[in-house]
Amino acid sequence: MTDPIVRPPKKDPQKVTRPPELPPLQRSRAALAMSAAASRGAFELQCCKACGAWMYPARDACPRCLSVDLAWKPAPDGGEVIAETTIRTTVDLYFRQRTPWRVAMVRLDCGPSVVCHLHGDVEVPGRVRMTAQLDKGGNAVIMALPAKRTPNMADDPEFRELTASPKHRRVLVTDGRTAVGQAVVEALVNAGAALVFVGIAEPWKPYPGEDRLKAHENVQTFALDLTDTTSVQDLAGEIGGKTDILINTADHVRPGGILSAPGMITAKDSFDVNVFGLQRLAQAFGPGMVGRGADGTNSAAAFLDVLPVYALANTPDFGIHSATAAARLSMLQCLRSEMRAGGVRVMSVFTGPIEDDWRQPVPPPKVAPAQIARAVIAALEGGIEDSFVGDVAKDVATRFRQDAKVLERELGA
Amino acid sequence: MRETTTMNGDALLLALAAGIRGGGVRVVDLTHTLAPDFPVMVLPPEFGQCQPFRMEEVSRYDARGPGWYWNTITMSEHAGTHFDAPAHWISGRNLPAGTVDDLPLDRLVAPVVVLDYSAESAADEDFLLTRAHLEAWEAENGEIEPGSWVLFRTDWSKHLGSDKYLNLRADGAHSPGPAADAVEFLVKDRDIIGFGTETIGTDAGQGTHLEPPYPAHFILHGNGRYGLQCLAGLDQLPARGAILFAAPLKIRHGSGSPLRVLALVPASDDA
Repeated sequence: MTDPIVRPPKKDPQKVTRPPELPPLQRSRAALAMSAAASRGAFELQCCKACGAWMYPARDACPRCLSVDLAWKPAPDGGEVIAETTIRTTVDLYFRQRTPWRVAMVRLDCGPSVVCHLHGDVEVPGRVRMTAQLDKGGNAVIMALPAKRTPNMADDPEFRELTASPKHRRVLVTDGRTAVGQAVVEALVNAGAALVFVGIAEPWKPYPGEDRLKAHENVQTFALDLTDTTSVQDLAGEIGGKTDILINTADHVRPGGILSAPGMITAKDSFDVNVFGLQRLAQAFGPGMVGRGADGTNSAAAFLDVLPVYALANTPDFGIHSATAAARLSMLQCLRSEMRAGGVRVMSVFTGPIEDDWRQPVPPPKVAPAQIARAVIAALEGGIEDSFVGDVAKDVATRFRQDAKVLERELGA
Repeated sequence: MRETTTMNGDALLLALAAGIRGGGVRVVDLTHTLAPDFPVMVLPPEFGQCQPFRMEEVSRYDARGPGWYWNTITMSEHAGTHFDAPAHWISGRNLPAGTVDDLPLDRLVAPVVVLDYSAESAADEDFLLTRAHLEAWEAENGEIEPGSWVLFRTDWSKHLGSDKYLNLRADGAHSPGPAADAVEFLVKDRDIIGFGTETIGTDAGQGTHLEPPYPAHFILHGNGRYGLQCLAGLDQLPARGAILFAAPLKIRHGSGSPLRVLALVPASDDA
């Protein structure tokens, strides 16, 4: 059984912060599909359409029948450990900082034998459940987990490298005025976050849930207005050096399209919060987080954005809002690449229409704030880059992958 | 003594009010209209740029606000007729009271001297005002009193609307401005409050090639003095005897601001 990790001691100011090295980054183009699946939390392998053989690592042709007609699809995740070893020294800079490191050879139930990371609770020989996770360089790696859950399983040091668990970490939630923000704060407290910093724009305006939010022992509220660069910089100056996870729950939503909502002001307001607000947060907090990507148990781990699934395709009844979401998604893609230098994950939690005042006319199903909060925690604890909350978001994501143009037609009908 | 001063103040202001209301004192506007098509300073594209004035309607008695009309405006601190505070330039970055929110109020209302070099500027678009010009001007008009604003009349404001206003060519802008020795003289020997121009900046169009580069900005702001630019209507001011009102917006840590510049001018006989 894994020993539970303890809350780390306060930082020794005389010690150099461990620089964030990355695990090996190179992958073939074929192998990127495995990372794409892992980014959504799926364990996928290539399967030969001609002879049905599963294969690993990624191939350009089937090793059994030489067919090039290969498809990535969800693979059976059971297997048997047939060998293990523990690496105690290496010239690789990333793993050097993290030895001893347990690795195994696992024979998958579907055929191939794979070399993979091995969870500390797995007994050898024994049954395992395979998972594909993104490592700190953003690439899929396979880890063998115990077939059945074990106590403190998430605290295994190898597994923690592959997630952004909020346990013992200090988290900033950028908008505590909304039900979504407050639900996320509550979920973080329950998930073992050491501290939750909560941004409140225009704190002189009262808001529902204020008393309950401030009653939490590990919650601290701060003035934070994403439309004001100075405000964002001021907060980063105060807590930027100890923000391990940043969760952006801010979203300026108003109904209307380009022709149906006249004028520029509402659109500017939406872009200022949803797009430039994200940029201000990233510019103020990002460099510090990148520098602390390997800073021990509570290293900087993730920058997570909760955004509308209409980032993928425009829904004209909220046309401007969708446009801000698309711009926001593009920003996140840029930021993901830039934050990779520190091994800090950039995560997106895409939501369907939220149950709130602005979306009264939107027909159900709508997403409740608590659902979003659960998805945020699941994304952090599972190291999942793209998650989709609610039936609408899942459906839009599926159809987006099938044919983005068909999706556009359906949403715009 | 105190009472006398108060009475003097009362009498002065009463006389001024009477002058403005009944003739004798004319209020002159030295400001261009802030509009989106008003040109701004052109810098190499790799530098941050001066954002021109922009206006977006918030509502106009319509669904966005049934009973009211208002706009949101955005602009650079240095758009339109505007004021430069000492902190605008690197030479003034460590001075106290260097930003627009922290200026001594008595410097914002002060006598103004107008130097008319419109003929020279018409003849030479790169006309440089030198110390020699100033000494010659003083020989004719008397010394510039300490604590004055000095405005440099070129009639360049009349070029607004034509390419000549910026006068931009492949080798940069061409417009008149002061030489370093003139600014040194005004600041060190005449203790002026600030220097104002009708052109897009207080420096000549080719000011970057002078020594020091941008001498008006460098010397004025390095000595805690102010700049006014994009002024209009200087041809309505006498060489001396007018009072200038130039109060920038009170922007926290602001480096400058657009403003309404007014002058109180002794009315001419035909007014």
